[in-house]
Amino acid sequence: MGDPLFWHRLQFGFTATYHYLFPQLSMGLAFLIVVLKAVGLKTGDVRYDETARFWIRIFGINFAVGVVTGIPLEFQFGTNWARFSQLSGGVIGQTLGMEGLFAFFLESSFLALLVWGEKRLSRRGHFGAALALWGGSWLSGYFIVATNAFMQHPVGHALLADGTYQLASFWTFLLNPWALAQYAHTMIAAVVTGSFVVASIGAFWVLKGIHLPHARVNLKVGTAAGLLASALVAFPTGDLQGKLVARHQPITLAAMEGRFESGPRAGLTLIGQPNVAQRKIDNPIQVPAVLSFIAYGTFSSDVRGLSAFPQDQWPQNIELLYYSFHIMAGLGTIMIAIMGLAALLLWRGRLEGNRPMLWVMMLAFPFPYIATTAGWAVAEFGRQPWLIYGLLRTAQGASPTVHAGQTAFTTLGFAGIFVVLGLLFLYLIGREIAHGPTGHQA
Amino acid sequence: METLWFWLVSVMVAIYVVMDGFDFGAGILHLFVAKSNEERREVLAAIGPLWDGNEVWLLAGGGSLFLAFPKVLAAGFSGFYLAIWLVVWFLMLRGISIEFRSHVEDGLWRHFWDSTFAVSSILLPVLLGAALGNVLRGVPLDASGYFSLPLWSDFGLGAHLGVLDWYTVLVGLFALVTMAAHGAVFLAWKTAGPVHERSKGLAGRLWALVLIFWVLATLATTAVNPAILRNLPHAPLAWLATLIFLGGLGLVFTGLHLQRFLLAFLGSGAFILGLLAASAACVFPVMLRSTLDPAFDLTALNAAVGQHGLRVGLAWWLLGFPIALGYVAFLFRFHRGKVSAAAEGEGY
Ligand code: HDD
Ligand code: HEM
Ligand code: HEM
Repeated sequence: MGDPLFWHRLQFGFTATYHYLFPQLSMGLAFLIVVLKAVGLKTGDVRYDETARFWIRIFGINFAVGVVTGIPLEFQFGTNWARFSQLSGGVIGQTLGMEGLFAFFLESSFLALLVWGEKRLSRRGHFGAALALWGGSWLSGYFIVATNAFMQHPVGHALLADGTYQLASFWTFLLNPWALAQYAHTMIAAVVTGSFVVASIGAFWVLKGIHLPHARVNLKVGTAAGLLASALVAFPTGDLQGKLVARHQPITLAAMEGRFESGPRAGLTLIGQPNVAQRKIDNPIQVPAVLSFIAYGTFSSDVRGLSAFPQDQWPQNIELLYYSFHIMAGLGTIMIAIMGLAALLLWRGRLEGNRPMLWVMMLAFPFPYIATTAGWAVAEFGRQPWLIYGLLRTAQGASPTVHAGQTAFTTLGFAGIFVVLGLLFLYLIGREIAHGPTGHQA
Repeated sequence: METLWFWLVSVMVAIYVVMDGFDFGAGILHLFVAKSNEERREVLAAIGPLWDGNEVWLLAGGGSLFLAFPKVLAAGFSGFYLAIWLVVWFLMLRGISIEFRSHVEDGLWRHFWDSTFAVSSILLPVLLGAALGNVLRGVPLDASGYFSLPLWSDFGLGAHLGVLDWYTVLVGLFALVTMAAHGAVFLAWKTAGPVHERSKGLAGRLWALVLIFWVLATLATTAVNPAILRNLPHAPLAWLATLIFLGGLGLVFTGLHLQRFLLAFLGSGAFILGLLAASAACVFPVMLRSTLDPAFDLTALNAAVGQHGLRVGLAWWLLGFPIALGYVAFLFRFHRGKVSAAAEGEGY
């Protein structure tokens, strides 16, 4: 713990994980608000506009916390990862700069319009503001994902004699295939989060017997979008992510699956506990040959295990990596099942009367948050021991002059601030949910 | 190309100070110019739709610095480690106080956020001003290209420098009164009724204070970094910038005299822009001055990334910058005229 690197990593991981709790809902809701406004505009049904207004209020609070937790992340590149910034700024400075100029301005300007302007804008104008907000938040997602994708799978750069990475091909860097796959997967995952939250509030209101017209809108939109997005997040986007990892980060794949020995017809472990010291999985329940198929597309493919690689290139935290991946994929399966069942009931017109199902939907909203957090853990811990995969080790990226006392101080400071922020957030969101879509009429 | 980027980054930072400056000013003054809940809401309504976009200028400016001069970003941010985090924490606190205040109709709740809004708005300009002071004074950059400064040591300019010493605190106070004065003309322009009257009353006195601090800070700067005076004759841009800020100052006083507050606000913006531009022109090409040896200075030339990156960056910057200015113009137009506190439950 006297090692500054430990604190840098703890601080970055903690603040990034915390930040991501908010943008995922923003990005998901931004999309669903557009859907609600579009239906309202097309049918003239005011319930949709009122429901949209409710979600815009939630969006406003969520966005505010997203902004204040995002600002420290931007600064951490310079404060905590100074070497990394100095060496790779010539490349990733592009996307981080573009995010500020193209995405953040768009978002902040149009959120103000969406929140403050409904009375003064025409219905079309207000719909336009919702569209712009959606565009801004998803653009922001792309630039940051492209930055992360460069760290996972560096392309489009050149290494100079002074050790710095410089931009060699802008389009190769920006359209990194890893970024495209990762973007599709994260944006759809954000829609999963948005849908589960929307459906959960719908279920809550029906169970309480309040705000029924709007509750129905929430249930309908949340279930439809939720089923579609839950399916897409697993296939094709999750599958694609897995194949990229298998091709470019085979050690990570082995660690995610807790696979120590190499060989063809590799089985997929459903349950089991990785025993790293003895290099095996305890109490495994496996489906034969499925891993080979998932990773390489045929049942007979050879999948290398960790033993095939030098130990100093293994990710340091194999247990966490293994469980994170299994939690993400497991929850993904459960979420498809929940939304599939809900959609079936909705289609038969029986969802509202099915109280057990409504209870499940009301309580299921944390699942996507857990899955996305686990997903980022897979991506970030899986990248270890590299900061830029294959090029720069994490230990070489930290700030040379910052000592552990300073980082421990700020990490603890963030812990305190974020606890308070989280409590305030929950309090305010709770109030809005209790007020409902009509409680605030001015 | 490096020179161009030096100026692009400077321009974005200067725009940030002008834009977020009036938010700071509103925060510094609101306890004094707005007494009732209605009046406080009026102040918040004046900056509410704008402050987040204003803050983005800081992020976008930082992004441009990262893109073009990552060495400066890396050395500066890690060297000023604790000071940077203080700034970030107060930025977070400020944002949260603006956004959360009006969600709950409760006296204590609002009183709490009004106070945190005021405290963070007062401390931020002092810290950011001190940061400018550090850039002008120099930092102990060594051959590795890095340095580390404690928050303060003995407040002197001797061997043991700190982020805060008598000089940087002076620049910080200068920034504080300037932001307050800038905010006063902004509020006088955007509000009506008692808030307008009180802001108007304060504006004249605050601008007189600005003049005093400006003289003090300028004298101190020339003493601390004599190179600035030596550069002045060869820096035509510095002369131009000086004309701009003196003109701005003239506009402020004319505007206040004629009760034309938009004019005064524009003048106040020109004053800040011109002053920052003049400082940038005097230190150019040095971005981070070393107090140990001029050979260790980080300059626009030795800290820039490769030409290809700079050119690509310029291409999208030229696209994005006018769009960003467009949003600002649009928002100001959309929210034109005097504000009034929105009905409870709407906006802020
Ligand atoms: C609702 C959330 C959610 C769900 C249900 C899933 N994922 Fe996921 N996954 C994410 C949300 C997510 C994420 C948060 O969006 C991540 C984090 C980093 C990233 O690129 O996306 C991610 C990362 C991620 C990675 C790591 C990529 C890397 O190392 O960079 C892989 C291999 C998968 N996912 C694969 C899957 C598979 C095969 C799933 C099958 C059900 C799945 N994900 C469900
Ligand atoms: C796309 C933008 C992101 C970038 C550029 C990024 C970059 C980084 C960097 C520089 C580190 C420190 C070096 C390291 O320890 O590996 C790191 C670590 C980490 N990040 Fe990310 N990150 C991003 C997104 C996220 C998100 C959204 C999360 C979580 C939800 C996350 C979770 C973590 C965690 C848990 C660590 C600690 C890993 C460790 O210490 O081994 N990151 N990331
Ligand atoms: C470590 C990497 C990250 C950094 C440096 C970062 C930085 C920031 C900053 C500075 C803001 C505030 C912008 C403003 O003032 O308007 C922000 C908000 C946001 N970020 Fe992040 N972020 C990171 C990770 C992510 C990831 C991985 C995503 C999505 C995939 C994301 C999506 C967003 C979105 C949509 C917002 C808007 C605010 C909100 O919706 O809550 N961020 N981020």
